[in-house]
Amino acid sequence: MSVTADAVRQVEEERLPSATSPAVTFDTAPERYRHWRLAVDGEVATLTLDIDEAGGLVPGYALKMNSYDLGVDIELYDASQRLRFEYPEVRAIVVTSGKDRMFCAGANIRMLAQSTHPWKVNFCKFTNETRNGIEDATENSGQTWIAAVNGTAAGGGYELALACEQILLIDDNSSAVSLPEVPLLGVLPGTGGLTRVIDKRRVRKDRADVFATKPEGIRGKQAVEWKLVDEAIPKRVWAETIAERAAEVAAASTRARTAQGTTQGIALTPLSPTMSADSIAYRYVTATFDRPAGLVNVTVRGPETDAPESLDAIHEAGDTFWTLAMTRELDDLVLRLRANELELGTWLIRTEGDSARVLGYEALLAAHRDDWLVNEIDLYLKRVLKRLDVTSRSLITLIEPGSCFAGVLLELAFASDRQYMLDGTVEEGQTPATIVLTESNLAGYPMSNGIGRVESRFYGDADHLAWLVRESGRAIPAAEALELGLVTDAPDDIDWEDEIRIMLEERASLSPDALTGMEANHRFVGPETMESRIFSRLTAWQNWIFVRPNASGEAGALRRYGTGRKAEFDRKRV
Amino acid sequence: MSIDYSEKIPNNVDLASDRRLQRALESWQPNFLSWWKTMGPAVPTQDVYLRTAVDVGKEGWAQFGHVAMEEYRWGVFLAERGDDRRIAFGEQKGEPVWQQVPGEYRADLQRLIVIQGDTEPASVEQQRRLGETAPSLYDLRNLFQVNVEEGRHLWAMVYLLHAYFGRNGREEAEALLQRNSGDLDSPRILGAFNEETPDWLSFFMFTYFTDRDGKYQLGTLKESAFDPLSRTCEFMLKEEAHHMFVGTTGIDRVVTRTCELMREHDTADIAPHGGVPLDVIQKYVNFHYSVSLDLFGSERSTNAANYFTAGLKGRWQEERRKDDHQLTEGALSIASVRDGRIASDEVSALLALNLDLRNEYVKDCENGLTRWNRVIERAGLDTRLSLPHVGFNRQVGLFSEHHVTPSGGVVGPDAWKAEEDCWLPSAADKAHVQSLMRPVYEPGKIAGWIAPPTTGINGKPFEYEYVHLS
Repeated sequence: MSVTADAVRQVEEERLPSATSPAVTFDTAPERYRHWRLAVDGEVATLTLDIDEAGGLVPGYALKMNSYDLGVDIELYDASQRLRFEYPEVRAIVVTSGKDRMFCAGANIRMLAQSTHPWKVNFCKFTNETRNGIEDATENSGQTWIAAVNGTAAGGGYELALACEQILLIDDNSSAVSLPEVPLLGVLPGTGGLTRVIDKRRVRKDRADVFATKPEGIRGKQAVEWKLVDEAIPKRVWAETIAERAAEVAAASTRARTAQGTTQGIALTPLSPTMSADSIAYRYVTATFDRPAGLVNVTVRGPETDAPESLDAIHEAGDTFWTLAMTRELDDLVLRLRANELELGTWLIRTEGDSARVLGYEALLAAHRDDWLVNEIDLYLKRVLKRLDVTSRSLITLIEPGSCFAGVLLELAFASDRQYMLDGTVEEGQTPATIVLTESNLAGYPMSNGIGRVESRFYGDADHLAWLVRESGRAIPAAEALELGLVTDAPDDIDWEDEIRIMLEERASLSPDALTGMEANHRFVGPETMESRIFSRLTAWQNWIFVRPNASGEAGALRRYGTGRKAEFDRKRV
Repeated sequence: MSIDYSEKIPNNVDLASDRRLQRALESWQPNFLSWWKTMGPAVPTQDVYLRTAVDVGKEGWAQFGHVAMEEYRWGVFLAERGDDRRIAFGEQKGEPVWQQVPGEYRADLQRLIVIQGDTEPASVEQQRRLGETAPSLYDLRNLFQVNVEEGRHLWAMVYLLHAYFGRNGREEAEALLQRNSGDLDSPRILGAFNEETPDWLSFFMFTYFTDRDGKYQLGTLKESAFDPLSRTCEFMLKEEAHHMFVGTTGIDRVVTRTCELMREHDTADIAPHGGVPLDVIQKYVNFHYSVSLDLFGSERSTNAANYFTAGLKGRWQEERRKDDHQLTEGALSIASVRDGRIASDEVSALLALNLDLRNEYVKDCENGLTRWNRVIERAGLDTRLSLPHVGFNRQVGLFSEHHVTPSGGVVGPDAWKAEEDCWLPSAADKAHVQSLMRPVYEPGKIAGWIAPPTTGINGKPFEYEYVHLS
């Protein structure tokens, strides 16, 4: 259908406010940080949080008491990425505060109170992903994060500490850790707080209940006893103890020490995409917006040349190495679209290129898994694919002639809600599309539920999975892909255009909220992990609470906080 | 199987160059023919004097000639229209009509088309054995004409499914042939289309009352913002008019013959003299009218309101109506049973669209009664036929929970049971009508319970050999 003139007008009108506030960009670098200082000393890096009160991303609030907003967390994410890629020698990361007696007061309340619901949801999602990434670095990169909590850590401040492997609290009889969201704000510690306290720190649930309703939090020895922190360290031995702990974890790190010459980090240079009102274009990833239809056409291009032959060549290429470049671009695109393009509800994912080359790159990486850079590229790709899994947009993959859905790129299809594969060709001279299943699909990139996308797709069906293993490594045409259950449908050239059009229009007409909920439910099957619980349980509850009047109404706790007036609650339990 | 499309399937939808349609029809057409052979008219014929539409213009829409029925050329036609048609009603009123199915309305449009399409072959199936008792070759020919046209209407709906609804549409088109009237496992969608048409009086009643419902449904789809559906239905309405003619004149002729027999024998009880008594005709009217009213659905319908607001289905003669065409205000008076009596309520016009259409239909039905009563009057008889109350014998809607007499009284179940046989055809009535059903296949001859038509088909005399039996 032609979308009505009214709908177009509405879209344009609603875009006006965001046109006046600049779109969120995720492009930053240590020399431009306003809130963090990154210092590297041999194997230990120190990240010091020293928030510039006046440095809020959006006007309307001051970032007092080391409280953060999305801008602060964008820098934290950038730092965590650079530590992985630019500092291969770093094996321990100490997070601490540059403020006196205040580690971090969590997310800025005025910012939350003035934010729209989508902004809050997106902010929480991003901060959660960053904290999951920190845990991933500790677990899989040999970069262990330690929280040196040298002042009070409240709410999101304590949640940041929770993402670290160790929490060291200064024992000064005033610094406490706390999760005051419930008693003070009427919302949840939604950045993993509730989940990590019981799940990671194994705090008893009754104690967790006491802790999460106690606005002043818990200090010193009791915090240790309750397992909320690992150590309470007196002020006078603070610095040396922190250094000691950092040295210990560095020594124990599994981070690969490779041959001389390859321990050099690689630079993550600015991506500088070409932007227009209706497109974002990177070297390997392009997005064009179809605003009337409410969709984004995402095209991921395969490598332009054959994979190099040596590990050295990967290091030499650095951030121009295809897999890494493509992954970074996709990451940046996902983040920009999520933050800035709320009404483009469907992402249509295509690839372009030569499947053999994609497989060539995959094989090269597979041959050098023990190299730190290869490992980091692989982990990064895993995290970006996970971002897709928790993206509240309809993801539809179109597999057409000229595409290269092989191995790692085929994961994009499996991350999608549906996959359509053209059986045949629509233009003369084309070769029908094929897909190639590889280890990347069958054993490669786990989702937050701990298992891969193909395994999730055929959860509990060992026979089918075994069949797919037998069919891996070769080009599979559309009809077979359909039979193997790898695509949703495989219309031929006659049906293709109309089937896709109708499917997209139909989807665009559905309730965006219902779609978000439906997709989030369908994407995760089978086991739960701490990470999946954070997204499926904590986040879902938090997002519900965010829209309830008891939090965000005029007289709700979030809005009334700091006004001197008490929140008024609707006392009915729901 | 390869098909010479322009010759075999007359059309104005450029079938010859539409690969999608050709491909769809390649599998559908043989299935249709085998359906026609197994479920179509049971009486074997060599050929029948049929009208074939080969074009939508004045010249093309009615070409007469003897054709073997399985070689009938079922065509695909859309009424010609200007380019600038605009949506006439609903939220998108004033915008250009749609030449493609908007994804948002795919499911609803497909459902509307499937339901309409399902009724077309259903009536062929219901009338399958009627030819065996045709009162004349003229009537037999009319039956077959109705049948082939219902077949063509099926084609019209299938065309829409094939051309605009992709793979899903093809599957639905296939299912239209797989459901069969009265089939226990896979019946037709609407209950009324699962009853066999047992006799010719029922056939005339069916074409008068039930096909008239079809006319009104098509009339609402003719208003649709989905232009291909609108144009298809407009052309179908032309053919539907013939079915109505068969019904109107059929009942005319039965009434005429009944009056002749009443005068000749000076009695209302003409059953022993081989006629259909007027009170039996009245009971058949009561029955067919009331079950046809059920086809309009509930008086109060949110589905119909949604279809209207979305632009899928308008009102009868939407564009001639003088209101906002969005029905944001306005109300309709609706009859229902309250405290054991017929009472009247107000319902918002938007929710009462089924009722609105039914009201139009009721007015139209009255014309037939006026006509037949004139026949009776001219014969100097005092009896008059009438339509029963809309609440009479209803299974759907506000009256379905109640027993309403033909004159609009509300009665209890016992009173209903006691009088039912006076209002609806009794077993004895049906047996009598059935006993009259003896085939007359000799050209120029006609059964004794019905008068011959005043004119033949396409200027041919009544004696013309309209059907060559094999």
